[in-house]
Amino acid sequence: MTDTTAGPAAPPVAAAPAPVPRRARVRRGLTPWLFLLAPLALLITFTYAPVANMVAYSFTDWDGVSPELHYTGGHNYTELFTRPELFEVFFVSGYYLAASAVQIAGALCFATVLSFDVRFRNFFKGVLFFPYLINGVAIGFVFLYFFQDGGTLDSVLALFGRHSSHAWLGTPVSANTSLAGVSVWRYLGLNFVLFLGAIQSIPGELYEAAELDGANRWQQFRHIIAPGIKPVLTLTVILSVSGSLSAFEIPYIMTGGATGTETFVIQTVKLAFQFNKTGLASAAAVVLLLIILAVTWAQRRLVPDDRVDLV
Amino acid sequence: MNRRTFLAATTAALLLTGCTGTGGVSKGQDAEAPDDPAKVSGTITVLTQRTDLVQDGTMKKYAAAFNRTYPKVKVEFQALTDYESEVKIRMNTENYGDVLMIPGVIKKSDYPKFFASLGTRAERAEKYRFTDFTTVDGKVYGQSPIGVMPGFVYNKKVWERTGITEWPTTSAQFLADLKAIKDRTGATPYYTNFAAQWPLTSWTYVNGSVHCDTAATTKLADGDPWARGADLRVGDTLLYDIVRRGLAEKDPTTTNWEASKARLAKGEIATQWLGTWAIIQFQDAAEKAGVDPGDIGFMPFPAQTDGTFCGVVGPDYNQAVNIHSRHKAAARAWIDWFTDQSGYDKDNLAISPLKDAPLPAVLTPYRDAGVKLIELDDTAGARVKLIDDESEVGIYKPGYRQNLVDLARGARKGSLDGFLDDLGGKWTAARKNAGS
Repeated sequence: MTDTTAGPAAPPVAAAPAPVPRRARVRRGLTPWLFLLAPLALLITFTYAPVANMVAYSFTDWDGVSPELHYTGGHNYTELFTRPELFEVFFVSGYYLAASAVQIAGALCFATVLSFDVRFRNFFKGVLFFPYLINGVAIGFVFLYFFQDGGTLDSVLALFGRHSSHAWLGTPVSANTSLAGVSVWRYLGLNFVLFLGAIQSIPGELYEAAELDGANRWQQFRHIIAPGIKPVLTLTVILSVSGSLSAFEIPYIMTGGATGTETFVIQTVKLAFQFNKTGLASAAAVVLLLIILAVTWAQRRLVPDDRVDLV
Repeated sequence: MNRRTFLAATTAALLLTGCTGTGGVSKGQDAEAPDDPAKVSGTITVLTQRTDLVQDGTMKKYAAAFNRTYPKVKVEFQALTDYESEVKIRMNTENYGDVLMIPGVIKKSDYPKFFASLGTRAERAEKYRFTDFTTVDGKVYGQSPIGVMPGFVYNKKVWERTGITEWPTTSAQFLADLKAIKDRTGATPYYTNFAAQWPLTSWTYVNGSVHCDTAATTKLADGDPWARGADLRVGDTLLYDIVRRGLAEKDPTTTNWEASKARLAKGEIATQWLGTWAIIQFQDAAEKAGVDPGDIGFMPFPAQTDGTFCGVVGPDYNQAVNIHSRHKAAARAWIDWFTDQSGYDKDNLAISPLKDAPLPAVLTPYRDAGVKLIELDDTAGARVKLIDDESEVGIYKPGYRQNLVDLARGARKGSLDGFLDDLGGKWTAARKNAGS
């Protein structure tokens, strides 16, 4: 995951390779591409071709099914940017952004604790990662029961003597907070595993040395773990921000965007599949892609990806 | 990823998109009814939204009965869970079954590109209802196997226990009755089924029944559906008032459609605005819950014109023949047989698409009360859909009614008048763009 693993244990590199005949050189140059053939074919077929198609549709007035489509130039983009109400839904992303801060902090905390020798640590790892393995649709339905009037959450609260009859998905603030909470529950495991992997790739001698020098757990975290996992941390932040901007599954299944929980992607889906404005929706999707690319670029500029060098 | 590979891949992908357009589509073919049943042959695929009937073998029974008349035709079924969106995507190819239900997304003017005609309107209208809904240039492209009518599914016992024996005739009386139900029986007077979303779209089908107006659809296309006294405004105001006065379920955001059927049958819920198609489902739920299916009642919208109620009879999904089908005669034979002889309408307690067929038994109270059944003129139906898409109001979509319910229970700021006027404004603005 980081460069640190190739530290002192790396074998010495063979010096001065013998001259290689031409044909072998060609074959050697070709080999990696042969291996790449399958993934590249998949990548192009299922990612870049659809994206290119989407860009093409964004310049048309296609309704998604009619055999006729007309080129309309930048009309869809003009319409998007002259309707500010289409961008108001980005406020909802704020809830998910806040939630991802909680999520990253939580994941980091758990990853650090479980990287030390803790009893039942494999069991806890499993527990934390498990939600990420469940299908998003199933999670949506499970949490609908959870938030129901008199549902699981209310029953659990009642155990602690709090008899609430709060409609959890009833108001925009409460609904968005609840949905963001579900999303934390679901994705915390993924962040946790990424962090754990990074932390475990830090050579153990460093901790030993630090302990000999009398560093406590917090100092170890502050000076060894935090800098050691910085690239993964940056990556996670980028993923979280783009994930918050494009939140979809959980709110779509649980509320369908009702009660002020509509996100930009839900709005795009509605444009495309409810109002049959596939052209306009494609333009919206392109704009979202550009926004995410811009945010990522800005983040990379603010936090440059330094080479990690702990030793 | 390396920047150069990214660029290379994108260019390659851009080159691939040359093949986005669709090829030439044949147009204006007919699926003629076969003369001799014994000669028709072939395997046809029927797409249906009734996953339940395919799973429990009911559809197979229909196919077996069909084979008694048409022995050489093999009928296969494909049940689609999310019918609308799955068929929509398949219709970009030629492979969308031999017989299918026309999805709502297809523009009426595009029918001749996708479906083979079943005959002229003049000849079909003599025998069948709803021919208007699929007629393009005098030719009919689909036929609904059942007729449906919107109305309130209600629990008779709960209403009777409250002491109400007559159907309410005005919105005010309806609200008063719901209030009485709440006070005297403790049942939830009305259930919105907010979370399931689509039940809310039934409220659009009040159109026509409020003023007993067969031209109601044309009025949507030519005017403001939320003008004072207009059908949709009356319906939406009633829904708003029900929720506003606390006569609906406490937390609409976590409702459960399947559970609501049994709860209504058991009398925990008194009323839901749905349609005749729902009656059989509620009766089944009643049987499963061990209560009397006879308790499920059906009543018209609380409005009268000249002292009578009005019920708007409309088509369900229309069955059509794929224009690319290689067995059009067999496909046509299936549609005719399914509409005329299958008994699908009776099995579903629905209104028959045949003009001279009697009303189903569940609607006996309708006959006794002298409810006038009307059929809306659908000539402007395609334009209404265009305006609806253009304005992004979504009268056939759940979104705006969810917002209405949110408004009524205070989860959204604003007044009812402001909300409805805003919808009307969007609608009338879009009307100008939608080429009318």
